[in-house]
Amino acid sequence: MINIEYYLVLSAAIFCIGVYGVLARRNAILILMSIELMLQAVNINLIAFSTYLIPKGELEEHLGFIFAIFVITIAAAEVGLALGIILRLYRNRASVNVDEVNLMKW
Amino acid sequence: MTTVLVFFFILGGMALLGSVGTVASRNVVHAALSLVLALLAVAGLFILLLAEFLAIVQVLIYGGAITIILLFALMLTRTREGPVRLDNAQRRFALIGAGAAFAVLTVVIMVSDWPAPIDNPVRPGFSRISEVLFQQWAIPFEAASLVLLVALIGAIVISRPEKGERD
Repeated sequence: MINIEYYLVLSAAIFCIGVYGVLARRNAILILMSIELMLQAVNINLIAFSTYLIPKGELEEHLGFIFAIFVITIAAAEVGLALGIILRLYRNRASVNVDEVNLMKW
Repeated sequence: MTTVLVFFFILGGMALLGSVGTVASRNVVHAALSLVLALLAVAGLFILLLAEFLAIVQVLIYGGAITIILLFALMLTRTREGPVRLDNAQRRFALIGAGAAFAVLTVVIMVSDWPAPIDNPVRPGFSRISEVLFQQWAIPFEAASLVLLVALIGAIVISRPEKGERD
């Protein structure tokens, strides 16, 4: 087993790339993809901690795996709902750029 | 030991390449395909982390379903041909912010005192995962399925045309 720091640094890198994508992109679907990247980084972290830090026979055995399964489930729900909203937005405004959608901006 | 390290660097490099391609590509379809590369590389990392079940789930759900849905939405919302500006004006600040966050995280990870990796890590079989998931975590599992159902119905309701709206 290699040290856990490798996984943590890689996961931090993927997460920060996702943060950059969320902040810098205009297209709502590309923002959604960046959010998926961030969720992937979280999953890597959860599984790395679960595999490395919890010895066999503990009550919290496999806790990280279960959390990762739930994260994947919620991500699937989020993508489905968000794409419904984006298609709706496109039908109304003929654009999916988030900086052109300022109807509710004060 | 070294074999795992070599595979880690190959898969990690693929994941980073795919991630950078996703956020930096000038073509939306190229961005989606880069995302597929990153997701499959992460599935390989799950195998390195002894999580075969999650690797399979990752390939099925992310590599298959979510990517196809994203590509569908990209095709459906394509507005005009030619180069379209995909990044907004705060791109430079986003770069600075993300870079600073990465620097802070890396320093914290390196400074922290992690316990040494345990000798015989748990390799959870499919049966063990299903036991834990359906016995200890049965109620959260049901709640998650309810969330999925509500999201599905909500997506249908939202994307259905209203009365008086064209098409």
